[in-house]
Amino acid sequence: MSVELDVFVGNTTIMDKEVFQLWLNGYTVSDAVKVRIEGGIMEECEANAEVLLSDTMDQYRTFQMCERLLHHPAKLSNQLLFQIPPDRQAMLIERYYAFDDAFVREVLGKKLSKGTKKDLDDVSAKTGIMLKSCRRQFDNFKRVFKVVEELKGPLVENIQQHFLLPDQLGRDYAAIVFFASNRFETGKKKLQYLTFQDFAFCAGQLINHWTVGAVDNMMDDMDVDLDKEFLQDLKDLKILITDKDLLDQHKSLVCTALRGKTNVFNEMEANFKNLSRSLVNIAAKLINAKDVRDFFIDLVEKFIEPCRSDRWTSIDVNLYLTHYTNSAHILDTFKHHGVWTRYMGVIKSCILRIYH
Amino acid sequence: MPGKLKVKIVAGRHLPVMDRASDLTDAFVDVKFGNTTFKTDVYPKSLNPQWNSEWFKFEVDDEDLQDEPLQITVLDHDTYSANDAIGKVYIDIDPLLCSEAATVISGWLPIYDTIHGIRGEINVLVKVDFFNDLNRFRQSSCGVKFFCTTSIPRCYRAVMVHGFVEELVVNEDPEYQWIDRIRTPRASNEARQRLIFLMSGELQRKIGLKVLEMGGNAVVGYLQCFDLEGESGLVVRAIGTACTLEKISTLTSASATHPSNSSPSKDMKEPVFGEEAPGIPLSSGPPTPLRVQTFSSFSPSKSYSRQSSSSDTELSLTPKTGMGSGGSAGKEAGPLKALLRQQTQSALEQREYPFFTLTSFPPGFLLHVGGVVSARSVKLLDRIHNPDEPETRDAWWEEIRQEIKSHAKALGCHAVLGYSESTSICEEVCILSASGTAAILGSRFVQDGPLDTDYRLSRQPLVFSTGAERVEGDMGSSASLGFEEVAPPGCGFCHIPYDELNIPFPAQLTYCYYCRRFKVPDVLFTTIDLPTEANVTGKGCLIQARLCRTKKKAQGEGNATAISNLLPFLEYELHTQLMNKLKLRGMNSLFGLRIQISVGETMLLGLASATGVYLTALPSPGRIQIAGKTPSDITYEQHISNMQKKINDTIAKNKELYEVNPPEVVEEMIGSPIPEPRQRSRLLRSHSESSDEVTELDLSHGKKDAFVLEIDDTDAVEDIHALLTDSPMPPGFYSCNTEIMPGIQNWTSAIQMFTSVRVFRLNNANLTNQGLNKIFSDLCENLLKSLYFKLRSMIPCCLCHLNFTVAVPEDELIQVAVTAVAMSFYKDQTLENGRQSGDKTLIKAITENDEQLQFNLELNAESSSSNPLSSTKGLSDVSGSHPSARAPPVDYSSFADRCSSWIEQLRLKAHTIRRGSVKTTSSLEKASPLPEGRSRSLQSNRSYSGSSVTVVKMTPLSFIPGAKITKYLGIINMFFIRETSSLREEGGVSGFLHTFIAEVFAMVRAHVAALGGNALVSYSMKECVFMENPNKNQAQSLINVSGDAVIFVRESELEATSVQPQSAATRETSNGGDGT
Repeated sequence: MSVELDVFVGNTTIMDKEVFQLWLNGYTVSDAVKVRIEGGIMEECEANAEVLLSDTMDQYRTFQMCERLLHHPAKLSNQLLFQIPPDRQAMLIERYYAFDDAFVREVLGKKLSKGTKKDLDDVSAKTGIMLKSCRRQFDNFKRVFKVVEELKGPLVENIQQHFLLPDQLGRDYAAIVFFASNRFETGKKKLQYLTFQDFAFCAGQLINHWTVGAVDNMMDDMDVDLDKEFLQDLKDLKILITDKDLLDQHKSLVCTALRGKTNVFNEMEANFKNLSRSLVNIAAKLINAKDVRDFFIDLVEKFIEPCRSDRWTSIDVNLYLTHYTNSAHILDTFKHHGVWTRYMGVIKSCILRIYH
Repeated sequence: MPGKLKVKIVAGRHLPVMDRASDLTDAFVDVKFGNTTFKTDVYPKSLNPQWNSEWFKFEVDDEDLQDEPLQITVLDHDTYSANDAIGKVYIDIDPLLCSEAATVISGWLPIYDTIHGIRGEINVLVKVDFFNDLNRFRQSSCGVKFFCTTSIPRCYRAVMVHGFVEELVVNEDPEYQWIDRIRTPRASNEARQRLIFLMSGELQRKIGLKVLEMGGNAVVGYLQCFDLEGESGLVVRAIGTACTLEKISTLTSASATHPSNSSPSKDMKEPVFGEEAPGIPLSSGPPTPLRVQTFSSFSPSKSYSRQSSSSDTELSLTPKTGMGSGGSAGKEAGPLKALLRQQTQSALEQREYPFFTLTSFPPGFLLHVGGVVSARSVKLLDRIHNPDEPETRDAWWEEIRQEIKSHAKALGCHAVLGYSESTSICEEVCILSASGTAAILGSRFVQDGPLDTDYRLSRQPLVFSTGAERVEGDMGSSASLGFEEVAPPGCGFCHIPYDELNIPFPAQLTYCYYCRRFKVPDVLFTTIDLPTEANVTGKGCLIQARLCRTKKKAQGEGNATAISNLLPFLEYELHTQLMNKLKLRGMNSLFGLRIQISVGETMLLGLASATGVYLTALPSPGRIQIAGKTPSDITYEQHISNMQKKINDTIAKNKELYEVNPPEVVEEMIGSPIPEPRQRSRLLRSHSESSDEVTELDLSHGKKDAFVLEIDDTDAVEDIHALLTDSPMPPGFYSCNTEIMPGIQNWTSAIQMFTSVRVFRLNNANLTNQGLNKIFSDLCENLLKSLYFKLRSMIPCCLCHLNFTVAVPEDELIQVAVTAVAMSFYKDQTLENGRQSGDKTLIKAITENDEQLQFNLELNAESSSSNPLSSTKGLSDVSGSHPSARAPPVDYSSFADRCSSWIEQLRLKAHTIRRGSVKTTSSLEKASPLPEGRSRSLQSNRSYSGSSVTVVKMTPLSFIPGAKITKYLGIINMFFIRETSSLREEGGVSGFLHTFIAEVFAMVRAHVAALGGNALVSYSMKECVFMENPNKNQAQSLINVSGDAVIFVRESELEATSVQPQSAATRETSNGGDGT
């Protein structure tokens, strides 16, 4: 004796948020039923396990049928098969495209390729996120990447428009796409302390200030690629460390401004040349794609770690970078004010964000 | 050449990829009507082609316009090989042929393929330039309106109800033609779909002709069914009720027309008048009540095996109406001629079939109800002489109808209401069933014959002889209004139509517990909806009797005989089960009774569903007593007393749940000798004076006879088991299978229509009847439980129009399909005695969310204290303290006066609540438009503007709560086949059927939207056949759906002033959260 077929179809598609989440998390039907039973829903609604199983199966089937629509969220609103109220549609999309921070940290900056996908079982084992869910999240990244890769115009807006994502989620995806296309290294041990939101913030800075779209919205190419011209110009900043006079002058200007304002003044004074050299070298190397990948590792190794070992507070770092940036403008022989501001603005906010 | 059909193909979207190489499609469209075909250009390399074609014009006969569907095929152009079909769209252009329905079909319609399902959408424009042909000999019937709704549609008024129309067409089933062996499944499915479209069109046209002949302009309660007979053919048959309808102007409706269209909830009808026109109880029935031995209100089933003709004993008295036999052609002209010939006799008597497919009626239509009449017959399909001709089936149905008619006669009734016909086919055996409710009708809507005046004449003296002043007032008013405003009594329909000395079946008669003047039976079973004016105590509930009987596998005649022999027992047991369950709920009547008997190779399934109600007019049911035959030992006694206790507890619990607490007053009346009319009215008066004291519940069952179940009987054990295994509904849920749920009126606008299908496999073949019964019963119970769980977010909620269909698709399979609508209601506004506290229900304040609940509670408390009419004894109170309440003209003003202060309170309250949260819209006073109503309408106008798809509500009911139907756009009647040979890949049987049903819904919604509508009412899924062959990885399913496409407007969006004086409350929800 067995139920051979069991379906429920409503004129308005009924979708249970809780079951949807279980489905997204990669639970099997029977596991989902267990979780629901533990949640106490049976007592609440006078149901039995049989009813719960039937409902869960039915919901899972509905989600599976909806999934192909969720791959193209814009279709969800003008498809005819499921009548879903707009607020429900928004919920489905948002939750479907939501991702786990633990997971995204693992794949951030990696090439969204088949190879990476194959390694997802390791990621799953490491993060404790079910493989099914990892695959969904990975596929989401890849899908968004593929769609916006070809598009012109601002990255965040493109993502929001095509995938109908809420503001924050759209920004996060922009960061993921940006990292994936520039292949920033994020997995090194030294970078482990950084959260996805740290990287997302930095990505936002880079997108807003260093890409082609940042200067000219009408440009054909868009936000994914860094502005090559700008990177070229960054080489000119080398003068700050190669010209001995300029370096000394810069140092004295900064030290004058800092004196008495911080407890680590001596360390600052002692390290000035090293730090300045590091920052300018990072700038000068960015023209090489390989060095772009190491951008974050360089920042951490060359700037953050020395500061940290000298026990600078983030207020100290802020103070130092502010004066370091401003003083350069006063140097008479230094001519590259535009590039310097554009470079240091981003560097400063990135360092401040990841200095913790 | 009276019609020009114009079609324009605009665009396509979401097309499937047909060319793997380019991931694109080169689509073009084939537009075909009749034998003419047009083609669009190929739109290369796009999944969203923009054809923007010219207008394709078809010049056709109106006959073809009615019969043929417009067929649109989307294809992929292929230079080297044959073009591949992407899918098809069939468009029924019938709605465009009627001036009052839709004028254009325009919108995105899903492109459907029987193998792949929906494959993208196509945007089309269809128009008809139509020149009506006035030729008397025409074969077309354009302009006749069709409604699935089984009541007078809400924006129409019935001028005349002409009566029964039926038609039947037969064709060879393409699936069984020789060519099917060589063609693809797709071609075969498409041939079938197209044929059924054609046959439905033809059927509708032929019925339309009959309607025109009868002088009508519409068919209401149109019920079309398919019989897939297999080898012997494919039958499409339809029945309906011919009417002459008149459109009510919707805008300024201060006119005097009766608000039959006003609003769904009965509380918006005019208040019940305490005493009513007594009707024509004794003088009006058919002149000679027949002494026929029929048992109970059920008629025994007649089973005919193929050869024995219908010479059954009891029916020898069947009156012949002069036009006994004859083909369909003969029938058409029959009634009219007969009428002319015999003018002295009643119009109804002369009709061949005084049947009505309606289930609810305009006021004054229904006078008395006799009971359920049904007839069944078993036929062998392989013995049809001329399978391609309709004669044999016509004769079969004629036999059944005659039997129904004679049963009705036996109950002293001249008409059958809520009439329906159905079949169940298994191999070559076919069970034909028909059932309805025997009744006596008022003369008003029935063919105007001399009878009309007879009624009036006989009526007046009778009324005045009662001598009671109140009655006089009532009759005066009704007379002055020329029968327009006579509301039928709240109890009149319960009064027996038959002669009490010649009761056709054993029944206990008592005096009506409401009016005390006429006899009523102890229980009443009907197939109709609860009349809106009926006096009901408490709420109703769904009652189901389920039965499964094994049957030996047999062939041909032997099989038919076996089934015939089983049928009466099956019906008897279903009846007993219904009766027991009814008593267990402390109720005394059933409405919407539908008994379905389904035949399989090794079993017979019986499922009876109905809505139990406590009619105030009927006596309260006796209790159920269990008796053991051999009281031998103590444990046995104990067992019995345990069970007895359980049953008593359940009854008490149910009474509380359904709020069945009839007043105890009745007792004093029972023993009293039959009083003369004068005495009776006096008695009633005295009773009403003392009524306030008697309010306790009747839990004792007093002197009533108990219903004894003897436990020695194995059947009884089974019965008791069935009684007690029905699990109660979870709190917050109610269910019924009728249009409206007695006791609940304040619906929110949140509705959710759904279909659920389950197939159960019986693995061990050797099951006993009892075992089978339990499995079947559990299957239904579990299904209901799942529904409650699924819909828990809608609590408090009522599942309305719960329609179960059972089938035995294969040897060991049981299939149950349910279609229903879940409707939320406002709990704290439930007015327990809604009906009786007449004016209280005229006003309603409705909250939307929890924030306002507080206010509501307050309001309720206030209303019950401040309102003089809120006592539970509405009847006597109304008649006692407000004698004017029975004279409608005076009545409204007086109600209005009393209510106005109340409204003021409401309004004050409303202003203190946050912006627009309360919608107390009253239209009692025409001069007081409410600002709230106006401002709300602006806000809530287009809640779905964000999405490009029109939200289309679907409901099996004839109304949308909180909304007014402003236009009927035409009937939707669609038939789809879906087949797969990759069952596993599509998610197994469940995945396959789930997708298919969702696709059918989508296509229905799209067609409604293309007609310009936003809802489908009276929706029903008439056929849902599912066949699988898991070994071959194949499955096939057929679904037939129908309904009326309509435009509705939220009542809050209508101007408050334009609502009719009698209707009052409006409601709505402001946000799109309810989007169904």
